[in-house]
Amino acid sequence: MKFRAKIIDVGCLNHFTRVVNTVSRLTKACVLRLTCDHLYFVLSGRVASGGVSMWCELSQGNFFDEFQLEGVSADANEIFLEVAPENLSRALKTAQNAKSVKIKLTKKSCPCLTLAAELPSLSSVSRVVTHDIPVDVIPRRLWHDFREPQMPDFDVSIYLPPLKTMKSVVDRMKNLSNYLVLEANLNGEMNLKIDTDLVSVTTHFKELGNPPWGDDGSQSSSPAHRDPDLMAEARVEIRKLQQFLTGQQVNPSRAMCNIVDRRILHLIFLHEDVSLQYFIPAVV
Amino acid sequence: MDCVATGGNVKVLAKAIHSLSRIGEELYLESVEDGLALRSVNSSRSAFACFLLSPLFFQKYQAPSDQSFRCKMPIKSIQAVFKSLASLDRSVEKCRIQLDSEKNRLTITLHCKHGLLKTHNLSFQDCESLQAVFDKESCANVLQAQPRLMVDTVLHFPPSLEEVNLSVTSDRVWLRNHVEDDADSLRAMMTELCLSSEEFDHFAVGTQTSVTFCLKELRGLLVFADSSGLPVSMYFDEPGSPVILSVTDSVLEANFVLATLSEDSHPKKNHVNSDTKHPDTEQPPDDFMSDDMDSFLIAMETSELPGPSHVPTSPPPPTNNRKHSFIEDEALAEGPPNKKFCSLFFSSVLPTPSQLPNQTMQSQEVLASDSEDENQTETS
Repeated sequence: MKFRAKIIDVGCLNHFTRVVNTVSRLTKACVLRLTCDHLYFVLSGRVASGGVSMWCELSQGNFFDEFQLEGVSADANEIFLEVAPENLSRALKTAQNAKSVKIKLTKKSCPCLTLAAELPSLSSVSRVVTHDIPVDVIPRRLWHDFREPQMPDFDVSIYLPPLKTMKSVVDRMKNLSNYLVLEANLNGEMNLKIDTDLVSVTTHFKELGNPPWGDDGSQSSSPAHRDPDLMAEARVEIRKLQQFLTGQQVNPSRAMCNIVDRRILHLIFLHEDVSLQYFIPAVV
Repeated sequence: MDCVATGGNVKVLAKAIHSLSRIGEELYLESVEDGLALRSVNSSRSAFACFLLSPLFFQKYQAPSDQSFRCKMPIKSIQAVFKSLASLDRSVEKCRIQLDSEKNRLTITLHCKHGLLKTHNLSFQDCESLQAVFDKESCANVLQAQPRLMVDTVLHFPPSLEEVNLSVTSDRVWLRNHVEDDADSLRAMMTELCLSSEEFDHFAVGTQTSVTFCLKELRGLLVFADSSGLPVSMYFDEPGSPVILSVTDSVLEANFVLATLSEDSHPKKNHVNSDTKHPDTEQPPDDFMSDDMDSFLIAMETSELPGPSHVPTSPPPPTNNRKHSFIEDEALAEGPPNKKFCSLFFSSVLPTPSQLPNQTMQSQEVLASDSEDENQTETS
């Protein structure tokens, strides 16, 4: 198993750092899946994570100038590592003005991802800062836990309102209730609702637009048959939604959510070279 | 005692105090003919700092009539006087520190713009002189760098990082986070920064060395140096000997002395007085290396030394028990019991001038730290 990669471009480095920062705000530990073309940060929905799952996909070529991978075996040319994204975040933090950043899979007292940044210095010799981030190699027999999640059969798909607005609404609602209902219809309308003994608050968003999932979305029944005014809803823990909205460092070019009525809230953020999917289970 | 600082020096004074607050809870103030000394030490006696402000630092400097005055006070109370650096800059023109010997108060008056006078009366406690014994000249390794280099270096380590390891060879310097050798440490993230000797203003490495010390306490000095723009000098020797960081200009000298991890598992006896080692007075090593804090307290109560048990060290009776007492000091250091830092040598011995050429207050008798017992007469 071998992995070596290098980033030279400062813009790529900043972008990669922002993605890692976003992931580190969503979870303390996740799986980093490395293939020849992509990197994935995966959190599989387990009780421990409160049932949320995350799939963040990066196209390697858009970030790294050099990327060499030798996976577990020829027919399984991938590497799965369990890592604390916060460590990666910390290592990248002070390397933002580096001339180059190299990442390697190494073995110190335990398997590590070693990040070495060459920094500008006052002399002819560069400063080198090296971080050894401990990782766990995930054996092949467990890889199936970290497959790409299937696109659920959603009832409604809708673009999100401006994230900043949505975040401030959710932040305020969090003060009043632990749970929030997100409902939306195919008419571009979305409501965020809380309902407690003392107070009910609803924020209405209109004209958001609905993504045109055609034949390439794995949607079996055509959404066109659905009554456009009919709301699909998911009641979720506000904390989880807030955590997702707060962590965002990358401004997505497209932000949308798919709702499986009373089952799942599936948030999708798309950027040119990064996609982030976050699944929040609905509660009763 | 009466001294007046004006203009930018008021802010420097304030910064010195803030720096010292990163070390210990109390400020030791001493006014002698040579200048005003501000000192602090941490509770485990592994970090000591001293700012010596010469009379030229002040617009007016009048030493106390009986040659010296010393006191200590909670550092928070004097920090409150110099709370906001920005407002000091903007509005304070002059700062006057006077001893009101009648009322036993230290009066600090800030003369601000528009004729505004802010007067603070601080009560203080008498104390013994606090002076760590160290000798910069005898250190085998000396590095000097612009403060920016040091600040940038330290940035790579998390603010919570306690201990850092500094290693030098003839042309390179490595700074690494230090992790205790235990099961948890195998999973800790390790960070290492490598600098070339060319980045330093002065690089004199006598022998390849590696020392480990506490980074947190150092940050106070770095902030001070960075704002003053003065280069920082580092003096260090082998593991176990303290590392000294120093910032100097014509009117001010700051020394931060930090204990370093010794290589053996037992606290190394200080080199300065190695001839006074008494193997039989050394307490059974297990007591002091165990995690049980009680064993420290028990040891103190059975010691010959007077003093309240919450003070880790007490000044010894002036003559006979000197050697015994500082060994006690070292062994009784507070703090995480399994730390292998040796306490700095707080001498209870009056040094001969030849032993300690670098000590700034030549005329000062050095004693172990102050006593909480105010009835103790001051030896001068």
